[in-house]
Amino acid sequence: MPIASAIKNDKLIVSLDGDFIDDDNTAAATRLSEQLEQQNISRITFETGRLGKWDSTLIVVIYDLCRQANSSGTKVDLAALPENLRQLISLALEVDRKPEKKSSPRLPFLNAVGHLWIEMRASTRRALIFIGQTFRSFGRLLMSNAVMRKVDFLFAMEESSYKAVGIVSLVSFMVGLILAFVGAIQLKTFGAQIYVASLVGIAMTRIMGAIMVGIIMAGRTGASYAATIGTMQVNEEIDALKTMGISTTDFLVLPRVTSLIINMPFLTILADFMGIVGGAAVGIFMLDIAPAEYWKYTVDSLTMANFLVGVFHGFVYGWVIAICGCYYGITSGRNADSVGKATTQAVVTAIVAMIVVTGILTWLFEVIGI
Amino acid sequence: MINQKNSPIIQVQDLTIAYGDFVLLKDISFSVNKGDIFIIMGGSGCGKSSLLRVLTGLTPAAGGKIDINGVDFVRATPDQRSRLMQKCGILYQSGALFSSMTLAENIALPLQQYTTYSPQLIKELVSLKLALVGLTGFEDFYPSEISGGMKKRAGLARALALDPEIVYFDEPSAGLDPISSKLLDDLIREINQSLGTTIVIVTHELESILSIGTNSIFLNCDTKNIDGRGNPRELLRRPPNQTVYNFLTRGGQMICQNNPTKE
Repeated sequence: MPIASAIKNDKLIVSLDGDFIDDDNTAAATRLSEQLEQQNISRITFETGRLGKWDSTLIVVIYDLCRQANSSGTKVDLAALPENLRQLISLALEVDRKPEKKSSPRLPFLNAVGHLWIEMRASTRRALIFIGQTFRSFGRLLMSNAVMRKVDFLFAMEESSYKAVGIVSLVSFMVGLILAFVGAIQLKTFGAQIYVASLVGIAMTRIMGAIMVGIIMAGRTGASYAATIGTMQVNEEIDALKTMGISTTDFLVLPRVTSLIINMPFLTILADFMGIVGGAAVGIFMLDIAPAEYWKYTVDSLTMANFLVGVFHGFVYGWVIAICGCYYGITSGRNADSVGKATTQAVVTAIVAMIVVTGILTWLFEVIGI
Repeated sequence: MINQKNSPIIQVQDLTIAYGDFVLLKDISFSVNKGDIFIIMGGSGCGKSSLLRVLTGLTPAAGGKIDINGVDFVRATPDQRSRLMQKCGILYQSGALFSSMTLAENIALPLQQYTTYSPQLIKELVSLKLALVGLTGFEDFYPSEISGGMKKRAGLARALALDPEIVYFDEPSAGLDPISSKLLDDLIREINQSLGTTIVIVTHELESILSIGTNSIFLNCDTKNIDGRGNPRELLRRPPNQTVYNFLTRGGQMICQNNPTKE
């Protein structure tokens, strides 16, 4: 047994024998602790005549024993320990305290609901102020007073335009394909598979194209806005802007929002087209519909109203995504974890807000009869 | 820039800094004279950087008054604040250069924002500011292409862009090797002496404190107040209490001419 112990009179003698490298001495530590607790011991000494190599796994046993002894008023004689081991134990024992940690009190249910309500009100207020500041920045942009660098705007345009074409095309094509496939299974039972063209055409142009672009851009561009601006917060760049008296909404938000609201309608049109192509692929190659026939039914089903409603949705989603990305970036904390959280919140909030906005717009268009 | 030395440029009265219920500093008062190299020192977590954030308007004060050039900074309108901040430059710990902009664009930004100078003049001023901090020829470099020490010097060039009366430094030596740190100290002293700029430095770097500081305050976490004030070398010679003595001598490693007065 590498850690042996014996009690003589009121003295606990701990013998350390052999090497203690990567050893789990928990059992020995527990035994020593129990002996110290149960027996009437006034002094602890060590025998280290045959002690070989050792590491932290031995130190921790002696350290725990010393702390327990200190709290019970038992004397510990470390003289027999090798000098370096003694120094380490002394160093570890130098400060022995349990710092007070602020614990958040567990609130009663009603209090917690009240706190949540207050926090929600405060965060809604902050978000509304931010949206207001963004609109004021737009006002300054129209009056040519905004501090927006052309190069930042062009860079944001580049990021949210042709660089997004690939992913938007691929996803929209696949969505068109899935829509047609799922529709075909049902329509085939009535011999009405030709109406797959109408189904895909109407669905993509009215809403699906815009929603798919919204989701892609929330994950791609909205997240990038939050991460970039959040990192600027960590690097004190936002502080530098503020102390220079430069509006952060002018400088950081305006180029991003402007570029996204310009590009989103075009990306929506692209998504509409690619979705229809995807539907056509199923119609032509799976349902054996003639290309000319498929084209005719598609064109017949498309209306300007549906097309414009879809494009308008894209425009609104552009606002939502850019505002969420920039807001969470600017309000991010000053560490890597906060930037990660800000990015997640930006994407989640943008998608939730898009769904809410879609509900409102759908109801609105229904009321005005579009 | 002509400054009348020894008249206060910043006056802080009964300033309290708090985050919610947690009071960091309570009722502190001090003044910074024109032309000073004023050091705000103290142990980690004693509120040095928070004090700097309040002095630069990034965090609101919980109470008290800050007069900068005779204007109450705490209660100033955003316009007044903006005008005051044009007279102040700030060098952040990381340099805080805008990573998407070249060094020239970084330095030109405040000039474009607050002056009506022609692009040619701005270009020349940018080159001058970069030359002043020893970065001649680095106009087209991006912050990611230069070292940490160079970033700080470029940040200083940006802080000096509008010929400020006060320049604040947040831990200028942090993350720098001893030589770069010494070079930055020399640069701060040269700017102070040649331009008459008042310098306010938040640091706990002893060598910098003792080599360039002309006036200082020592913040104490326990008392949440100022525990010592005056020229740092004088504080080292005659420490007002054990805490200041321990701080300035790295816990008593250096030899002190006078025995400290125990608290």
